[in-house]
Amino acid sequence: MKSILTDYLVALRAIVVFTVLTGLAYPLAMTGLAQALFPQAANGSLIGPAAQPAGSALIAQKFTAPKYFWPRPSASDFGAVPSGASNQGFTSAKLAAAVEERRAALGSNAPSDLLYASGSGLDPHISPEAAEYQVARVAEARQLPPELVRHLVAAATEGPQFGFLGQARVNVLLLNRSLDALK
Amino acid sequence: MFALDILQAALFAAALILLTPPLGLYMALVLEGRWRFLAPVETAIYRLCGIRELREMSWRQYTGALIAFNVIGLAVLLAILMGQGFLPLNPQNLPGMKFFLALNTAISFVTNTNWQAYSGEAALSYFSQMAGLTVQNFVSPAVGVAVMLGLIRGFVRRTGTTVGNLWADLVRSVLYILLPLAILFAIVLAGQGVVQNLSGYVTATTVEGAQQAIPMGPAASQIAIKQLGTNGGGFFGVNSAHPFENPTPLTNFLELLAIFLIPASLTYTFGIMVGDRRQGWALFGAMFILFLAGFTASWWAESQPNPITHVPINMEGKEQRFGVMNSVLWSTVTTDASNGSVNSMHDSLSPMAGMVAMLNIKLGEVIYGGVGAGMYGMLMYVLLTVFIAGLMVGRTPEYLGKKIEAREVRLAVIALFVPSGLILVAAAIASSIPAGLSSLANAGPHGLSEILYAFASALGNNGSAFAGLTVDTPFYNLMLGAGMLVGRFIVIIPALMIAGSMVRKTAAPPSPGTFPTNTPLFAVLLVSVILIVSALFFLPALTLGPISEHMVMLQGRTF
Amino acid sequence: MSASKTDYSQLIPAAIRDSFLKLDPREQVKNPVMLVVFLGAIWTTITLFTSFSGFNLQIALWLWFTVLFANFAEAMAEGRGKAQANALRQARTQTMARRLRNGAEERVASTELRKGDLVVCEANDPIPADGEVIEGVASVDEAAITGESAPVIRESGGDHSAVTGGTRVLSDRIVIRISADPGAGFLDRMISMVEGARRQKTPNEIALGILLVSITVLFLFAVFTLPAFSAYSEQAAGQQGVVNTSAPVLVSLLVCLIPTTIGALLSAIGISGIDRMIRRNVIATSGRAVEAAGDIDVLLLDKTGTITLGNRMATSFHPAPGVEERQLAEAAQLSSLADETPEGRSIVVLAKDLHGLRARDFHPSHVDFVPFTAQTRMSGINIKVDDHGAPMTTRCIRKGAAEAIRQEVERQGGKFPSQVRNAVEAISKAGGTPLVVAEGVTVLGVIHLKDVVKGGIKERFSQLRKMGIRTVMITGDNPTTAAAIAAEAGVDEFMAEATPEMKLQRIRAEQAEGHLVAMTGDGTNDAPALAQADVGVAMNTGTQAAREAGNMVDLDSNPTKLIEVVEIGKQLLMTRGALTTFSIANDVAKYFAILPAMFAALYALKPGAPGPLAALNIMGLHSPESAILSAVIFNALIIIALIPLALRGVAYRATGASQVLLRNIIIYGLGGVIAPFVGIKLIDMLLVALHLA
Repeated sequence: MKSILTDYLVALRAIVVFTVLTGLAYPLAMTGLAQALFPQAANGSLIGPAAQPAGSALIAQKFTAPKYFWPRPSASDFGAVPSGASNQGFTSAKLAAAVEERRAALGSNAPSDLLYASGSGLDPHISPEAAEYQVARVAEARQLPPELVRHLVAAATEGPQFGFLGQARVNVLLLNRSLDALK
Repeated sequence: MFALDILQAALFAAALILLTPPLGLYMALVLEGRWRFLAPVETAIYRLCGIRELREMSWRQYTGALIAFNVIGLAVLLAILMGQGFLPLNPQNLPGMKFFLALNTAISFVTNTNWQAYSGEAALSYFSQMAGLTVQNFVSPAVGVAVMLGLIRGFVRRTGTTVGNLWADLVRSVLYILLPLAILFAIVLAGQGVVQNLSGYVTATTVEGAQQAIPMGPAASQIAIKQLGTNGGGFFGVNSAHPFENPTPLTNFLELLAIFLIPASLTYTFGIMVGDRRQGWALFGAMFILFLAGFTASWWAESQPNPITHVPINMEGKEQRFGVMNSVLWSTVTTDASNGSVNSMHDSLSPMAGMVAMLNIKLGEVIYGGVGAGMYGMLMYVLLTVFIAGLMVGRTPEYLGKKIEAREVRLAVIALFVPSGLILVAAAIASSIPAGLSSLANAGPHGLSEILYAFASALGNNGSAFAGLTVDTPFYNLMLGAGMLVGRFIVIIPALMIAGSMVRKTAAPPSPGTFPTNTPLFAVLLVSVILIVSALFFLPALTLGPISEHMVMLQGRTF
Repeated sequence: MSASKTDYSQLIPAAIRDSFLKLDPREQVKNPVMLVVFLGAIWTTITLFTSFSGFNLQIALWLWFTVLFANFAEAMAEGRGKAQANALRQARTQTMARRLRNGAEERVASTELRKGDLVVCEANDPIPADGEVIEGVASVDEAAITGESAPVIRESGGDHSAVTGGTRVLSDRIVIRISADPGAGFLDRMISMVEGARRQKTPNEIALGILLVSITVLFLFAVFTLPAFSAYSEQAAGQQGVVNTSAPVLVSLLVCLIPTTIGALLSAIGISGIDRMIRRNVIATSGRAVEAAGDIDVLLLDKTGTITLGNRMATSFHPAPGVEERQLAEAAQLSSLADETPEGRSIVVLAKDLHGLRARDFHPSHVDFVPFTAQTRMSGINIKVDDHGAPMTTRCIRKGAAEAIRQEVERQGGKFPSQVRNAVEAISKAGGTPLVVAEGVTVLGVIHLKDVVKGGIKERFSQLRKMGIRTVMITGDNPTTAAAIAAEAGVDEFMAEATPEMKLQRIRAEQAEGHLVAMTGDGTNDAPALAQADVGVAMNTGTQAAREAGNMVDLDSNPTKLIEVVEIGKQLLMTRGALTTFSIANDVAKYFAILPAMFAALYALKPGAPGPLAALNIMGLHSPESAILSAVIFNALIIIALIPLALRGVAYRATGASQVLLRNIIIYGLGGVIAPFVGIKLIDMLLVALHLA
C-alpha cells in the first residue's frame, strides 16, 4: 500500500518535472530560437505590410475573379480556422457531383488538381498544368498577351525541391500578386 | 515523374536503413545507462522526482509504477484541457473543452494514439498544446520504450527476477533520445516555414479583399515530437496536410522519416541488447517486407483513375506539393507505425489504398509500429510464430534460449487477439445503431469502412481516421476513448507479464536443433503468421467494407 | 506385444462404435474446438425444424460427420492402446503365491501380497508381483511384457535382480521380496499409461490448446459480427434479405475457419506418440516424458553396450622379439582356456581364426588353472603333461596386465623386453587393452584387446549432431583409452574414469547451463542420475531402484534405443506443429468459397443478377449452396484423410532445424494453402454431378 502511494507521488512529481522540461522549457526555447533564426518562416511566412498582412505565402486564398488564377477547390472554402477536407470517398455521389460542377465551370479538360479538392483546404499551390490551363482566361480578362502571363507563371513555378523532392507547383497567391504588380 | 517518385521512395528506404544502426546503437548505449553524458541533468531529475534509479523492479512493481504514471498523466491532462480558459497562453480566449471530448483527448494522448475529435486551431490554447499535449507526446513514447525494455530484459537476463527501473527508463528515453532529436527537428521545421510563435491569430485582408484568419502558435516544437514519438496528433486539424505543419517536400520527407526513425532503430537496439544484431535485422526485415508490400499495393491502387469521376490523377484530399506517391507513402508509413498523422485525407483514398491503411493498423501496429510499442507488439507475434514453427522442428519452442510455454502463449494471444476481436464487436455495434450511423459522412460500403477504420485506429492506438466520420459525439468519444485505453493496456500488461515470467526461466544455449530466429526464413515466416492470423480474421468485414466499395466502384455505382 | 500387428478389422468397427459413444456432451466438453462444431451441429439441426431445405439438411449432416470424424480419430488412437492394455491385462490375472512366513510356506492369493513379503517361485510358477530376487537364480520368461520369447536370467544381488509381476519362472528356484502393493505394480502402471494416455495433457499440448481455443474465439467474433455488417450492407445496397446469414451458413463459415483439423486430431496425435514408444517397447511413465525426449540436447551414453559391443575382443597378437606369432597365439589360447569371460573366449577364438589352433581339452588332473585375482592381476594355466599326456616340466603360462607380468617375470629373474613395452604403450595409446603373455621367465608378447564400436553408430551420432544433440560417452576407462574410443565412435565428448557420482554432477552441470539431458542406466547406483536426468531410460533388466528412478523403461534393455526415443519425441511435436499450420493455412481457400457465396447477390445492379462480389468466386464454384457445402465437406473429409498421418507422425529426418522447418513449411504450410482449393473444387464438381447442389 505504501509503495503504491509512493508510485503515485513519484508519478505526480515526474509529470510536473516533465511538464516543465518538455512542455514549457522546450517549446519556449524553440520559440526563442526560431524567432531569432527564422523570424519570417516562424511567424507564418506573412506577406504584405506587417500591420496589414495580405496573407501567408503558405495559405491559399479564395480567388473567383477571372483575372486571377484560381487555386484548388477547398472543402472549407478557404477558412483557415479550422481548415478541412471533403473526406468524400471514391463512390461518393457528392464527390461525383462536385467534380461535374467543377467540370462545367472549368471545362471538361481541366487538370485533376482543379477538379479535386485539396487535403488541407488551404493548398497554396496548383500544378503547372493547372496554371497553363488558366493562362488564356487570365490573359483575356487582363487583356495581356498570354506570353507575358505564361512568363509570370514560369517565374512562379517551383520545381521539385532540390530537383527531386515533391512535385512541381505554382504558388497561386504569389502569382496573382505578381500579376497585380504589373500595373 | 514516375522515376522521380521511385527515387524519392528509394531514398526514404535507404535513409531508414542507413540511420537504423547508428541510432540503434546510440539508444542501446543510453537506455542501459552505459553512456550518461547528461548525467548531471539526469540525476537532478531523479532527485526532483524522488526516484531511486538503481532500485530494480519486479514486473509487478514496474507495471504498477507505469499505471501510476499514466493515471496521473491522464488526470493532469484532463484538468488542463477542461481548464484552459483559466490558464495562460490563450490568445484566442478559447473556452475549456467539454468533458467527453476532453476525456477522449486525454486518453488519446496518454495512450500514444493521438486520435483527434477536435481541430487544434479552433479548440486548444497554446498552453494546452504545449504543457498538455506536447508533454504526453514525449512521455507516451517513453512509456512504450520502457515496456519494450522490460520485455527485452525478460528475454536476456540470465539471473534475477527483475526487469529494470521504470522511472530511469522513462527519464532516459526522454532526455537522451526524444528531446535531443526533437530539438534538432523543430529547428529544421521552423526554418522551412512551420510556425513557431506565441502570437495571436493574424487576420489578413486577402487580395480579393476578404478577411482571412491565419492561425499561429508553437507548432514546430510540437510537430517535431508528434512525428518522432509516433504520436501523430496534429497542431492543426488537417494535420500534416496543413501548409503550416508540413510546408515543403523537404519537411514532408523528414516528417515521414521521423515516423519510422526510432521504431526502426529500436530493432537494432534490440539486436544489441540480445547480443545478436541479426535478431534485430530479422525483425527489421519482416517489418520492411510488410511495409513494402503495403506501400506497393497502395501506390498501385491510388494510381488507377476513379472510374466514376474519370479524373486522371487522384488528387482529392491531397496536396499539390506532395502528389500521389508522397501521399500514399505517408498513408502507409503512418498506419504501419502507430503514428496517425496524415498528409492527405485517408477518407478520400481509393478503396484498396484505404484498405491497406486499415489493415496495417489491424495487424496490431507492428510494421515498425509505435515507439517501443511496435517492438513489443511484434515480439508478441514472434512468440506466436516461434511457437508454431518451433513445434514443427520437433522441440518445445524457445526464443532467445527461453522456452515458450502455456503462460506465454496465453498472454501473447490476449495481447494480439483481444484488440482484434473488440474492433469487430465495436464496429458491429456502431453499424447497427443510430448513434453510430448518424455520424457517417459517406454512404454505401465506404460508410462501413469509416466505422471499421475508426475502431481499428482507436484500438490499434494509431489515431488516423477516415475523417469524414463525425466523432465528437458522446457515443464515439466514449466508445473510442475506451477502445484506446483497452488497446494500449491489453498489450502492455501481458507484455510485462511475459517479461516477468521470462526473466525467471533458465536459458538454453543455442544448438543446431533450435530453429534460428535471425534468418530471412524466420522473417518470412513471421510475415506469414501475421498475415494469416490477423489479416484473415478481418477478411469478412473487409469484404463488406473496402472490397465491396472497390467492386461497386468498378460498376460505376455511387452512394 | 511389440510383435502384434494392429488388427484393423477389429479396430475400425470398435472405433466407429466409440465415435458415437463420444457424442456424449461430457466427452465433447474436453475439446473446446470440437465443442464449437458439436454445438453448431445441434443448432443447425434445430433450425431444420423451422426452415427445412435439402441444403440445410446436408449442412447439418456434414457437421455431424465432422464431429464423428474427430471422435473416430481419437477412438482409433485409443483403440490401438486398448488392444495393448488388454494383452497386458491377461498377464495380470490373479494367481496364487507361495508366501514365506517365519520360514514356513503358505499359499495366498497374489492380491494379498504386500510390500516386503517374501515369496518363493519355482519352475513354471508365475511371479505374483513386482519384486527383487534376494536368493537364487532363475531363468524367467518375460514375454508377457516384452514380447521377447527368449528367457532372461534373474539372480540375487547385482543389477539383474528385479522381477515383474505377470512373468513366469522357467527354471530353478528363487525367493523374491515383493516391492509393490497390489495395483501399484509395473504392469498396472503400464496399463494405466497405455489406456489413460489422453487424460494427462503435456505442457506443449496445453499451450497449443490455448492457441487453438484463442483462434476459435477470434473467429467466433469474426463470424458473429457478420450479421451486423451484412445488415448495414443490405441497407446500403437497398436490397433486403440478399445476404444469407441463417444459422447453417454462419455455422458453416465458423466451422470452416476454426482450426478443426488440428482440433480433431490433437488428442490422437498425443496418444499415438505414446503408442509409438510402446511399439518400440519403451514405456514412458508420462506423456510429459515423451515430449521432453524431443527437447533433449545432451545424451549421456554408457560406453559399454551402447557405443561398443558389450566386451573387449582380442584383435591381434604382437609377439616379442624371437618369438613366433603362432607360439604366442598358442600360449595365449592355453592361458585362456579356463577364462570364461568374453575377453578370454575371444582370445581362444582369435587364435583359432588366425592360426588354426583348436582349443584343447585337458584332464583336470593334468592342469592347474590359475584364476584372475585382484591381487595378482593375472590368470593362467600350469600344464603338467605334454601333448601326448606324458608328464613333463610344468609349463607356467600367465597372461595379465603389463605391469603385473613385468613384476612377475623380473621377480623370477627374467627380463621384460623393451619392444614389448613399446607394443604395450602403442596399444594403450590406440585405446586398446594390452594383455602380456609370459611363459616362465620368457615374455612371449602382447595380445591386443579392443573395444569394438558398434556398426553404424558413428553415422547415428553425426545425425544427432545435425539435430543439435551432443553425445557424451561415459566410461570407466582411463582417459587415453576413452579418447581413442570416443574418436572412433564419433561422440562429441567423453567422461573417463567416471563414477556414478560424477555422472550425477555432470547432469546437474549441463542442466544448469540450460541443457536437457537424457541418459540410460540399469544399476542401483545409476538411480540418482536417472532421476536427475530430464529423460532417464531405465533398462528393464536393471534393478528395481533404477526402474523406479527413470521416467521411461526400455523393455528390450537396449541402450541405443535412447536415440529412437528422442526421435519419437520430436516427431510428436512436429506432427502437432505441421497439422496446426496446415489447419490454419486451409482458411484461405475456405474464405474464397464461402464469402463470395454469402455475398453473391449483394450490390447487384438488377434484382437476380450476380453482384460484383461474385468475382471473388475464383474457384468458379457452381452455386452459393454448392460452394458452402463443398467447403464444409472438405473440412470434414480432411480430418479422415489425415488420421493416418496423425497416427503415424510426420516423416522425420535427422537434419538441422532450418531444413526441417523449411520442408515442413513447404509441405504443410504451402500445401495447406493449395490443397483445399483443389479439394473444394473437386467436391463442388462431384456435388453438381450427383445433383446434390
